[in-house]
Amino acid sequence: MIDKLFRWADERLNISGGTRKLVNKIFPDHWSFMLGEIALYSFIVLVATGVFLTLYFVPSQQQIVYHGAYLPLVGQKVSEAYASTINLSFAVRAGLLMRQMHHWAANIFVGSIVVHMARVFFTGGYRRPRELNWIIGVNLLILAIFNGFLGYSLPDDLVSGTGIRIAFSILESVPGGSYIATFLFGGNFPGTLIISRFYIIHVLILPAIIAVLIGAHLGLLVKQKHTQFAGNGATEKNVVGAPMWPTFLAKTNGFLFLVAGVTALLAATVQINPIWQYGPYVPYKVSYAVQPDWYMGWLDGALRVMPSWEIVFPGHMIPNVFFPGILLPGITFTALMFWPMIEARIRKDHLEHHILDEPRNNPWRTALGAAVFSFYFVLFGASADDVLANYLNVSLNIVLVTFRVLVFAVPAIVYPLTYKICLELQHQHRPTKTKRHNIVMRSPDGGYSTVEVKPRPGDERLVLPPLPLDAMVLVTEDGVSAEMAADGGPPSNGHDAKKGRGIFRVPRTYH
Amino acid sequence: MPDSPHHPDSPHDSEAPELLKVGIDAPQFQVAAANPKRVEQGIAVMFLLGLFGFAGFGAAYWQNGSNFWLGSTLGVGMLGLGIGMVAWGKYLMPRGPFSESRHPTGPSVEEREAFLTDFSSRGKIAIERRSFLVKILAAAGGVFGVVAIFPLLRSLGPLPKNLFYKTAWKKGSYLVTAEGRRVHKDDLDKGGVLTVFPEGNVGGALSQTLLIRPESASFGYVVTTPSRKTWGPEGYLAFSKVCTHAGCPVALFQKELDQLLCPCHQSIFEVGPGKPATPIFGPAPRPLPQLPLYIDKQGYLRAQAPYDEPIGPGFWERGAPK
Repeated sequence: MIDKLFRWADERLNISGGTRKLVNKIFPDHWSFMLGEIALYSFIVLVATGVFLTLYFVPSQQQIVYHGAYLPLVGQKVSEAYASTINLSFAVRAGLLMRQMHHWAANIFVGSIVVHMARVFFTGGYRRPRELNWIIGVNLLILAIFNGFLGYSLPDDLVSGTGIRIAFSILESVPGGSYIATFLFGGNFPGTLIISRFYIIHVLILPAIIAVLIGAHLGLLVKQKHTQFAGNGATEKNVVGAPMWPTFLAKTNGFLFLVAGVTALLAATVQINPIWQYGPYVPYKVSYAVQPDWYMGWLDGALRVMPSWEIVFPGHMIPNVFFPGILLPGITFTALMFWPMIEARIRKDHLEHHILDEPRNNPWRTALGAAVFSFYFVLFGASADDVLANYLNVSLNIVLVTFRVLVFAVPAIVYPLTYKICLELQHQHRPTKTKRHNIVMRSPDGGYSTVEVKPRPGDERLVLPPLPLDAMVLVTEDGVSAEMAADGGPPSNGHDAKKGRGIFRVPRTYH
Repeated sequence: MPDSPHHPDSPHDSEAPELLKVGIDAPQFQVAAANPKRVEQGIAVMFLLGLFGFAGFGAAYWQNGSNFWLGSTLGVGMLGLGIGMVAWGKYLMPRGPFSESRHPTGPSVEEREAFLTDFSSRGKIAIERRSFLVKILAAAGGVFGVVAIFPLLRSLGPLPKNLFYKTAWKKGSYLVTAEGRRVHKDDLDKGGVLTVFPEGNVGGALSQTLLIRPESASFGYVVTTPSRKTWGPEGYLAFSKVCTHAGCPVALFQKELDQLLCPCHQSIFEVGPGKPATPIFGPAPRPLPQLPLYIDKQGYLRAQAPYDEPIGPGFWERGAPK
């Protein structure tokens, strides 16, 4: 039956011709290639849980008197957006689970994009010919942050409402800003439209753009093929790893469930964004010691450490929030986006690269990346300056001034430190799976030297030559693997009973 | 830029590759696990865990279980399934390694030439000779773009005009509390603070104002700057509650220090005699606008006039002629 169905479709769509290449696509086995998959799968979790939420959320700022499942709120005036979020959390079965999964998945989504991007950065994976895919990736990061902020704003609670107020202030700080702000909000702050407008951007416009960009990101990945680390037969003209079918598909679909499962467990056990504790948004009320979601932390920190400058000239002004709220992210994302071209020009390297750099072998890039990262990390810390002052029991002034210094001092220290560490690592033995002893020798005149113990027969790893899937035929009769043997491959069954130490012994294919 | 972008290590292959014959018993096709039987059992346990997890989720849903039970059954079910599938792929499938060849990324010179020839020769016939049509088409398209984008934007909201320069405060407005009650001069003790609004705009996001009776002030007029001699009758001062930094409510009053603190980004403003809410710490660039007050014959606090400057954060067009 299935056979018949396949033949029917194949005759009309030529599945066999087009799909063979795809099922033979090779995915390198390095663990760091999973990071982008986390982002992809948390996006799937976001869409699935998000669709559920749209069925119950009411995107309206209409003020109503609350009558619902959450008793402390009964009789209070709240917006429909707030009331419906409370209701879907308490009165809809699995509603709280879906909401908390959605919020956790959003945090994981942005986080995995950042870590994935760091992996691509530190290994130089963005070099020619993959500059375009890097740029798509940067845009995905920007959109993910934007959409995260919009979603966080929708419940119209006290904390997120204050966030919208700050967003309004940042909007009106750009040239033409009072026009942009009044157009977007349908008037001056707060208006009655912003939740419904954020809603349609959050559930339709940005997800659609993100989905298209993810498609392009993966399409380019297939078209240009994966990068890979050197070793084990990997060269600039091949890709070594596991094929799409069946190995990669099994692993990656399992990974989808792992990402979703971890998200579900987080949603079950770790409360996130309890808006019933914050209360509804009231413009003249504010909460103390609140921080935005983590991916906005660096911007919040920048708003805090910025000195009280404001540039006034006849007719116009550059407000204070312009510098940390517009200029900083503007420079950040522009520099990120064009970094592949900038690096190519600085290093005068316009060659194609499919073999990734080990970060230690490119100390300049690694040190620069670490320094830039530390800058944003300090800003992130600065967004907790009030909490830190409370916790450490020191004055807010000291904490703030410290952060103003650290934000420049830490990167200045991190750069040379990372550079030195890279140089040191270059002289290390390559990290190996089985650790070998070093013998420290003392010479008669008192000098010390280290000698690595030579591997013993059992220590050697089984290293097989890669089989070229697109240049081979699989022969199922007995004894046809003569070419392989001639190629220097080990005897047909690689399992040596003496070497098997556990059930999960796997010959490593990389370093 | 060098002629060939490709790495020197990777000269292009041009000879047709001879197909390699490989038997299914090649070591690369062996499974990775040393003991596949036991791995299989382990995976079966994981899948069963997944099955029970999902069944548990169904039961928890049926019984209207708590968030904890719903999430942990679902999560355990998914983890069981996920771990099993990953282990299947990792240990019970051909361990490889396999490879595929990578072909030059860019086109060959001939391919590019052929494409450009096709494109430009047909383009010449079809378009270049009709430059007049092209111009009109471009003009129509341009007008469409402008008309489609700008009116659409324009209908989103009003022009700002003087929106940012006005609040609901008027000459003579009564100060009322968040409950709408008029504020009397006996309402606040020294060191007291109250959020007030103009009557008729209770809860207004822009008109929200802090009424303060600083401890350092006398019971006469509090003079913050020489030009505001009568703005603070009987020890009362009123400042906009909207922070001049990013617009948060400046909600914390530290009465021992006569300081206002904005909880969002920790700007601190000093209030009191000679202190017109001047920012002394943090990112706020300007003092909070002061509302001139007077006390009427019945003892109610009222506004002498609206704010004389835009409240809240700065904006690009601020200072532009109205």
